[in-house]
Amino acid sequence: MGAVIENNTINGKPNQDVFSATLLELADKDRNIVVVTSDSRGSGKLVAYGQQLPGQIVEIGIAEQNLVGVAAGLASAGKKTFAVSPACFLTARALEQIKNDVCYSDNPVRLIGISAGVSYGALGSTHHSLHDFAVLRAINNITIVAPADNFETTEAVKLAVKLDKPLYLRFGKKAMPLLTDDEHNGFEFGKGRVIKKGNDITIIATGETVYPALQGAEKLAQQGINATVVSMHTIKPLDKELILQLAKDTGAILTVEEHSVNGGLGEACASLLLQNNYNKPFKIMGIPDEYTVTGSQTEIFDHYGLSADGIAQAVLNLLQT
Amino acid sequence: MVMTDKQLAERSITYRKKILKYIVGAKAGHTGGSLSCIDILNVLYNEVMNVGPQNFTSPDRDRYIQSKGHCVEALYVVLADKGFFPESDLETLCKYKSHYIGHPTKKVHGVEQNTGALGHGLPIAAGTALAAKMDKKNYRVFTLLGDGELPEGSNWEAALTAAHYKLDNLCAIIDNNKLQITGTNAEVCNTDPIDAKFESFGWAVRHVDGNDVSALKEVLSSVPFEKGKPSLVIAHTIKGKGVSFMENSVKWHHGVPDKDQYETAIAELDMEMANV
Repeated sequence: MGAVIENNTINGKPNQDVFSATLLELADKDRNIVVVTSDSRGSGKLVAYGQQLPGQIVEIGIAEQNLVGVAAGLASAGKKTFAVSPACFLTARALEQIKNDVCYSDNPVRLIGISAGVSYGALGSTHHSLHDFAVLRAINNITIVAPADNFETTEAVKLAVKLDKPLYLRFGKKAMPLLTDDEHNGFEFGKGRVIKKGNDITIIATGETVYPALQGAEKLAQQGINATVVSMHTIKPLDKELILQLAKDTGAILTVEEHSVNGGLGEACASLLLQNNYNKPFKIMGIPDEYTVTGSQTEIFDHYGLSADGIAQAVLNLLQT
Repeated sequence: MVMTDKQLAERSITYRKKILKYIVGAKAGHTGGSLSCIDILNVLYNEVMNVGPQNFTSPDRDRYIQSKGHCVEALYVVLADKGFFPESDLETLCKYKSHYIGHPTKKVHGVEQNTGALGHGLPIAAGTALAAKMDKKNYRVFTLLGDGELPEGSNWEAALTAAHYKLDNLCAIIDNNKLQITGTNAEVCNTDPIDAKFESFGWAVRHVDGNDVSALKEVLSSVPFEKGKPSLVIAHTIKGKGVSFMENSVKWHHGVPDKDQYETAIAELDMEMANV
């Protein structure tokens, strides 16, 4: 068994904090790294970065279109540019700049969507980003990543500096557990991370739903149902090889994401599987296509069943089909 | 190569003839705007900017970003003339699989940024100019906007940023031909007074006859107009400039001349050439 969460306690930090600490460390050694923010250094945990590296942060003010356009210009001139802004605004208001100035023009901006998904759950749909995977998946020339834990976040930031291509990285502000991995502790974009193995079902989760998926799998194990749990941190390019292998090796597939059920990880998997003649039980869990309930991220997860109990129940239901 | 004003003026007429030739060949193009802005591109590429095929990969080159990407035909003929690619490539303009499409892309040698959606050039140009400041480099960034794209809010966001960061290595030029696809700017969305707006944002602004190469050379060679401020050139131009029946006519925004119209236009330009 690969994954260990000690006593089910949260033993890590918010991925957002890990992102900023990692970037500060890297930027301190590489003067070419530049952060661009839209009055978002506080929520992006970049206050310390701004104080220590004032020459490597560009404040744009609340103007996300301009944030991305300016970031594209900086990147075109060789700056290793991180455009940091709440995911809800970054990927909606500045979508045309992402599509044209970053992806189409191939300016290697690292777009950092902070407080993603329903991290700002109580603030309403204006502040939710449940569309970002869907819209960005349909745009050519961008890697889309949602790290599950602090390890994945750290590695993703390190790789982001090296990746000289457009990238979208999104995470939230809640403390995350450390998901250890005995068999494969590596991390690369486009390669899913198997954190638990079992033959009955595969649960493919991403970002901050990996933890409840793992908890759900542990509950199922107590009932004799063994699940494989994958952290599919990279939504695009999708790890097709791993998914198709697990489709063969296990009896069903459940996907879980902090995103609309439309157009995200689940539909990416469904598309792949259907086109490869998959005929076993399959279900997509996420935020349904409705006026989204509000509350804390955890409350919203619980409401829509993106919880240990909800995911375990969904697996039981799926295996009965 | 330093050209006399007469040679520059002749070069503009040659460019105009080529713009028409390739638009007719493609059966598509933004005729009126390409004819209005060609003198600006002529002066920038031949007299002002330090950029050409020989230094295009140099981090120290001056940059040109065409925000009004639809007038790409003007850019193509100038880039071809500068030797970025053989002019014969333009015979493929807008043809299946050609890189020479209806808006600038980096697939074409010499193009800095893919543009076409309006309101994008100024933010990218500001970011590029900011990078020069951060890296203590001396290159300048020029961007050409259409007057019709000024209502795009991203322009004003970037106008704030450029002033805030004192980007005096940034020069925006507005091809102020006063017409857009639906009618006059004043009818569609009045943006006047453009100068006062930009000045209030912290820019140094100058007006110029945007179809007078001599005046353009003087103004564009004078940037920055004020140390610590981005420069704006309001280039007063005539849409369809150089062809009498196209001048100041909305219908030539993206009108393509037929054979007779093309021949008449070329005859007019030849006559103008003889009288430069």
